[in-house]
Amino acid sequence: MCLAVPGKVVAIDDSADPLTGLIDFGGVQKRACLEYVPDVRVGEYVIVHVGFALQRLDEESALASLRLFEELGLLEEEFGDAWQQAEREAGTAPASTAPAPTAAVAADQTESGSEAR
Amino acid sequence: MKYIDEFNDPALARRLLDEISATATRPWALMEVCGGQTHSIIRHGIDQLLPEQIELIHGPGCPVCVTPLDVIDQALEIASRPDVIFCSFGDMLRVPGSDRDLFRVKGEGGDVRVVYSPLDALELARKNPDRQVVFFAIGFETTAPANAMAAHQARRLGLTNFSLLVSHVRVPPAIEAIMTSPVCRVQGFLAAGHVCSVMGTAEYPALAERFGVPLVVTGFEPLDILEGIRRAVRQLERGEHRVENAYARAVREDGNPAAMRMIEEVFEVTDRNWRGIGRIPSSGWRLTEAFRAYDAEHRFDVGGIRTEEPAECRSGEVLQGLIKPTECGAFGTTCTPRTPLGATMVSSEGACAAYYLYRRMNGPTPQAARATREEMNPVA
Repeated sequence: MCLAVPGKVVAIDDSADPLTGLIDFGGVQKRACLEYVPDVRVGEYVIVHVGFALQRLDEESALASLRLFEELGLLEEEFGDAWQQAEREAGTAPASTAPAPTAAVAADQTESGSEAR
Repeated sequence: MKYIDEFNDPALARRLLDEISATATRPWALMEVCGGQTHSIIRHGIDQLLPEQIELIHGPGCPVCVTPLDVIDQALEIASRPDVIFCSFGDMLRVPGSDRDLFRVKGEGGDVRVVYSPLDALELARKNPDRQVVFFAIGFETTAPANAMAAHQARRLGLTNFSLLVSHVRVPPAIEAIMTSPVCRVQGFLAAGHVCSVMGTAEYPALAERFGVPLVVTGFEPLDILEGIRRAVRQLERGEHRVENAYARAVREDGNPAAMRMIEEVFEVTDRNWRGIGRIPSSGWRLTEAFRAYDAEHRFDVGGIRTEEPAECRSGEVLQGLIKPTECGAFGTTCTPRTPLGATMVSSEGACAAYYLYRRMNGPTPQAARATREEMNPVA
């Protein structure tokens, strides 16, 4: 829950409110809020928690942490599918056997994603 | 100290462990506050690699574990309503309420969504104006800036169909509660690195002074933890009790001022119940009056839900560091990750789940620890 993953800022959308950037976590790219590190530049590294960059990090530390996280499977835990993980842990029928949501909701589900945090 | 390419470096691990061994002349009990650190300690067998004099007591710093049963039941009640899209971090799906969890509510037809960021929940509210979108805003100081931003943006956008079920907790009052307990054995703390990334270290010197304990801001990776332990033991042996930052690459003394300003705008300090522990004064945040319209507890009138903890579950004692998970009679028998009695067996940062996953009832030494031991003590 308090895992913060280092990532590289690959793009910044200055027009977004709140300020938003695209962050690369060792190959996985996700959008993150940059409002708390407003001076960050493309190419710099930040630590990201629940979609928010909290601090800058130097490149060497960030890359070393990312390597370790990947080895330990922490990136999969962080960005994997939480429902699948819950199904595995519960040892029950998949939640996907639940009554199907409406088409509009299903579309939202796809857009909002169901990744773990 | 800065680790560069030395993470997972057995030679450095050995140096740190040798120094801890050489420094420690008597038994010391340290508490790692953060559940992420607990997970890392057990996963890598750090507690087993340390000299016998050094005991690690696992603290209550897993926000999933300490979210009160009342609040879980409130979440389940709200998530069951047909007009609601209930959004949560993935960690909360299988935390047991009185009789079910969010995973089961979804199976029963509830519209429960997992989001990566609270802003994803906000986006759902914008796209679904005919539904009430509720975000389960749990967490310590690390998560509070994100949840505060969601409330701030909801008000800025004038969204009337978005609210937060807030159960935020703060580390310093928990440290105070631990240290004032008559059964406290803690002599030093590894303070949670990412909490301090946000809040800085300003609240800690007073605690170090009042209770005479070293507080070492510590990261989450194995070598970070060893370095935090090394510094705490060095202070204890010298009779010192200072705040030290062993995680300087991610923690500044003043934290993140922009994040703290947002927390202050949206939240105010309040007393909070901690699951298994009870009420700790000033240990949490709630939405300020200006944001009360976004408070799901009021909007859905679930504040009256009060529930009792199952008597068999001793997670409260685990969370206070009074017992190890394996000392609970239910551990590994009636309480497993598949059938958890309490949150400490559900969350990957809960001490019980970590023990179950990596130690299996005091069973074999974790693979990582074995490997490290072999690397550190090569057979001649």
